Amino acid sequence: MSDAARHGQQVFQDKNCIACHQFYGLGGYMGPDLTNVISTRGEAYSRAFIVAGTARMPNFELTDDEVSAVVAYLGFVDQTGTYPPKDYQILWTGNVAQADDPR
Amino acid sequence: MTTDTSHYGGLRFMRLGMLALAAGMLFGVIGGFQFLFPEFLQELLFTKTRPLHVSLVISSIFLLAIGGIYFYLPRQCRLPLFSVKAVNLHYWGFVVTGLTIIGCYLSGRFGGREYFEFPPVLSIPIFLTWILFGVNYFCTARQDKEPWPVYYWMWGTGIVFFFITYAESHLWLIPYFRENMVREIIVQWKSYGALTGSWNMLAYGTALYLATRISGCEKYSRSRLAFSLYFLGLFNLMFGWAHHTYFVPSEPWIRTFAYFVSMTELFIFGKIIWDWRASLEDWQKNRHCNAYRFLMAADVWVFVNLGLALVISVPAFNLFTHGTHITVAHAMGTTIGINIMILLASVFYVIREELPNEIHARCSSQLRTGFWLANISLAVFFVALILAGIGKGVYDGTSFQEMMTGIRPFLFAFTLSGVTMMIGFWVILWHGFRLMGQILAPVRVAEPEPA
Ligand code: HEC
Ligand code: HEM
Repeated sequence: MSDAARHGQQVFQDKNCIACHQFYGLGGYMGPDLTNVISTRGEAYSRAFIVAGTARMPNFELTDDEVSAVVAYLGFVDQTGTYPPKDYQILWTGNVAQADDPR
Repeated sequence: MTTDTSHYGGLRFMRLGMLALAAGMLFGVIGGFQFLFPEFLQELLFTKTRPLHVSLVISSIFLLAIGGIYFYLPRQCRLPLFSVKAVNLHYWGFVVTGLTIIGCYLSGRFGGREYFEFPPVLSIPIFLTWILFGVNYFCTARQDKEPWPVYYWMWGTGIVFFFITYAESHLWLIPYFRENMVREIIVQWKSYGALTGSWNMLAYGTALYLATRISGCEKYSRSRLAFSLYFLGLFNLMFGWAHHTYFVPSEPWIRTFAYFVSMTELFIFGKIIWDWRASLEDWQKNRHCNAYRFLMAADVWVFVNLGLALVISVPAFNLFTHGTHITVAHAMGTTIGINIMILLASVFYVIREELPNEIHARCSSQLRTGFWLANISLAVFFVALILAGIGKGVYDGTSFQEMMTGIRPFLFAFTLSGVTMMIGFWVILWHGFRLMGQILAPVRVAEPEPA
């Protein structure tokens, strides 16, 4: 985990982003899941939301540094897995096997 | 009239719990409106209302359960409290820490994880007061030389496990966990699942205590069925958490194992209360009509929640329900329908035991109205959340806003029923709070006006 990501994690917690967002579906449900936001929507897109906010998401007036740190943290989270699962198979047992399951 | 007031601490805890619940629901309602109208009460962002709501209602579950334990042991189980001073210290420790946490939330000072969003140093007084509670409990219960009834075991286990799992939920403070997302999220959610198990122990113990007392029959706290509930609860507490984390990449055996951890615990609890109901005489039901009503409501909600829990425990369904409002339906359905109902039964059981009948008979029709309003609203609330969750689960587009617009009617129904549910509970809590205050100030009630 890079220093920037570590800093970003702190900012993410200090602003309580998890009240509205989720990682791996866990969190509050006012906003979208952020697990793979970097790989699916891109850094610039994410940065735009974080910098300006929207009608539904407050603008936290983060400094440039903090914004980059949060983006780095989201990038770090993105590397850890896929959510919602894309490549999976539903087994007859009712269990679900995912392509990125550790083996 | 006795002058022993050592059980008053328990009553104070219960009254504080009722206040926390009443306030916590208000923040829930505000949060509901913010879902519908993002500009609603911008001064109090959802980042504040959500933790205020969740922390207050969860602390009310703890306060009501702890209050019952501090009350029942000295007052009804003939076990003088090991230390009355420690009860007071616990109480004031709770009040001061609680107010500090509320202050942090209101001023936007976070820093913790979901559900414990306050700065982590504030966990220190929580740990310390909990140790005080644990030592006091075990030193008090130890005086009972008979084999323990099941509720003593449940309370004791709840206390010990709260301590362990609460500590565990702070492991993220150590870089080894914090810097490995998967490791840390698994540990975090494992601890939350077990934390829920620990307060369930406190609540189920209270329910079995009430069942035993109201029926006057020891069987409910000594039977094999009661103890099997205890052991299943213990098992679930240790292993039944992983349904929170099916889709966090982790070893498949963890998932498979979680899948097989059964829902038998809820089922057995439901069965015990159902059998108990059938065994009660009419006079017993009438004498404790309020407590009885809440316990029966808890029982119905056990089976309703059991149905939902079974469905969302199957990974193939969990795939679609996880990360939607169905999770919220599960969380609130169980905490409100089961825990809060049991603990309100405990409140009105205490009131009935301590006050002459004519005093609370006066408000019985209001209590009945509040009860039905709260329960019918909860049913609508529960269904609306499930429908909102299904709407999100089946949406296959890519626009978050489009999906949210689609489920808006359900969120609307959710918030409206939340308002009526809150009103119903407020009526109940108002009478509970007021009547318990009369137990604490017996002189004013008992003595006639001076001529
Ligand atoms: C009050 C709720 C709320 C809070 C708090 C919040 N967000 Fe958001 N966020 C939203 C909503 C809602 C959206 C979806 C866009 C919209 O509807 O306006 C969103 C969208 C986003 C997106 C784009 C995601 C996508 O898939 O389109 C990112 C990135 C993001 N937020 C990051 C953050 C970060 C980082 C924080 C904390 C500093 C944060 N948000 C705090 C509500 C919130
Ligand atoms: C006895 C009363 C209540 C209890 C015990 C309770 C409990 C909870 C719990 C445990 C959560 C966390 C859920 C999760 O993380 O999945 C929650 C969330 C929430 N509750 Fe309640 N609740 C109560 C009443 C209400 C009422 C009356 C409303 C009004 C509409 C409400 C609105 C909400 C909202 C909006 C959330 C956040 C949902 C999200 O994650 O986005 N609650 N509640």
